[in-house]
Amino acid sequence: MADPTRVIRFVVKPVVFLAALSPAVYLTWAALTNHLSANPLSDVTNETGVWTLRFVCITLLITPLRNVSGWNALVRFRRMAGLYAFFYGTLHFLTYLILDRFAGLVDYPDGMLSLTTVRNVVKSSIGDIAMRPFITVGFTAFVLMIPLALTSTTGWIRRLGGKRWALLHRLVYATGIAGVVHYWWLVKSDIRRPMIYGAIVAVLLGFRLVKRLQQKKVRAVGRPLQGRPAERA
Amino acid sequence: MLIKKPSDIRSSEITPKELYQTRRQFIKTAGMVTGAAVGVGVLTKGAAVLHAVQPAAHKAKLPNVKPNPAMSNTNGEVKNSWEQITTYNNYYEFGIDKNDPAELSRNFKTDGWMVEVSGECAKKGKFSIDDLLKGETIEERVYRHRCVEAWSMVIPWDGIPLANFIKRCEPTGKAAYVKFTTALDRKQMPGVQSDAGGLDWPYVEGLRMDEAMHPLTILVVGLYGEPLPNQDGAPIRLAVPWKYGFKHVKSINKIEFVAKEPLNTWQRQAPNEYGFYANVNPQVNHPRWSQASERRIGEFLMRRTLMFNGYGDQVASMYSNLDLKKNF
Repeated sequence: MADPTRVIRFVVKPVVFLAALSPAVYLTWAALTNHLSANPLSDVTNETGVWTLRFVCITLLITPLRNVSGWNALVRFRRMAGLYAFFYGTLHFLTYLILDRFAGLVDYPDGMLSLTTVRNVVKSSIGDIAMRPFITVGFTAFVLMIPLALTSTTGWIRRLGGKRWALLHRLVYATGIAGVVHYWWLVKSDIRRPMIYGAIVAVLLGFRLVKRLQQKKVRAVGRPLQGRPAERA
Repeated sequence: MLIKKPSDIRSSEITPKELYQTRRQFIKTAGMVTGAAVGVGVLTKGAAVLHAVQPAAHKAKLPNVKPNPAMSNTNGEVKNSWEQITTYNNYYEFGIDKNDPAELSRNFKTDGWMVEVSGECAKKGKFSIDDLLKGETIEERVYRHRCVEAWSMVIPWDGIPLANFIKRCEPTGKAAYVKFTTALDRKQMPGVQSDAGGLDWPYVEGLRMDEAMHPLTILVVGLYGEPLPNQDGAPIRLAVPWKYGFKHVKSINKIEFVAKEPLNTWQRQAPNEYGFYANVNPQVNHPRWSQASERRIGEFLMRRTLMFNGYGDQVASMYSNLDLKKNF
């Protein structure tokens, strides 16, 4: 009988890795072969954004699912899910920088590939992040993932110690919330889709809140009482 | 002394192992099935949003369309293609995604279409499209089209000056505005059934009388010389090229002459973001994005947005006394 650890590591994980990469692959293929809409740039922006949010949700789903199902093996996919959230978040941020900020400069006084252009893109981005609330929130959601990506390795768990590492990685809760708010604030009038993600994130975070409250209750009660008070006298 | 060890829980109350294991199994399975269903739903909707749509089918050309080059000056900017114009549409009655109208308006019926004229005018009544076009020459006008979302196209519309039709209706002195209404049919409009976009239906728009009578304002019945495709507002829509796209009311079935400024649908939806005038103005930003530049569909680098969408020399005089920052 095959060792489950090895099966997970050498079969299941690669399959999941490729599956998680497939939206990016499909998007690239569709863009290059004219299978996107008449506004492909907007499609790329929207798709990379929604996949970032989906992978944040998948990452947040792992612990509750593991607790309910008893499948401990699920936790071994948590890092991959989180790093994919960061991957799509980076793609989404890059599309913002290139398709929105760079392409929106309109003027390239020293040519498109120049330090002036880089400086103008940075200036334009900082201004935009400060000025448009939905961009502020989106940028925050992305930035919060950076320390998580950097400390995603086992080495860092050791360096920080399990407790501190777990505390740091709770930042993903903030990313989930900020990501939903970013989506909510950018849609023109139909808030149903951001609302669905909002509900999902609320359930996934609510699960942790409930667990926390249950643990508090157990600690408050202490050891179960031996017999009724009157009989102990 | 009798030491009693009372038990809080009777042994008959202890849940049998098989039972709680079955319950856990049930929750596990239910959770997995729900999760899988949600996952599949989310993934397929994602795929659905991204797939390529068929452009509108071509139909027989409209007869005797005359190009009007004097009113078609877009400074040599390239016309957008039939595919772009018929697969990238904001027509929320048919769904909120840009490719929804192309797919979901296929069976929209426009035969026997009647436009009802009412309000402050002498000649009220119902007009068929043929009635509307009687005695008129359909002109081809190549206009810029700037959406408030900051994308734009160049479109060869076929239509007649709205002014000609207004004159036939003989508006009275009380008519200060023209109010337009889009047809509303829950059965044919999936976006209305699902309350897409949260807009209040039917879609309403309006123009001040001088804007409605302006030579640039046209009632459109065709595109590239063919009858208007459903997703573009068949069978008859408005083109007011110096204003944002949401003023270009589609599938018009009511024209009313009114004394008060109509409350247009997008202003009703978000009055701090969309106003009545909606003149293209790079100096007045939308609260959530800049209007200083736009993406021409088909191009990568953005363009500077032109004041009044490049029609300033023909329309600016109508607004010389208007504070355009307040009246956006």
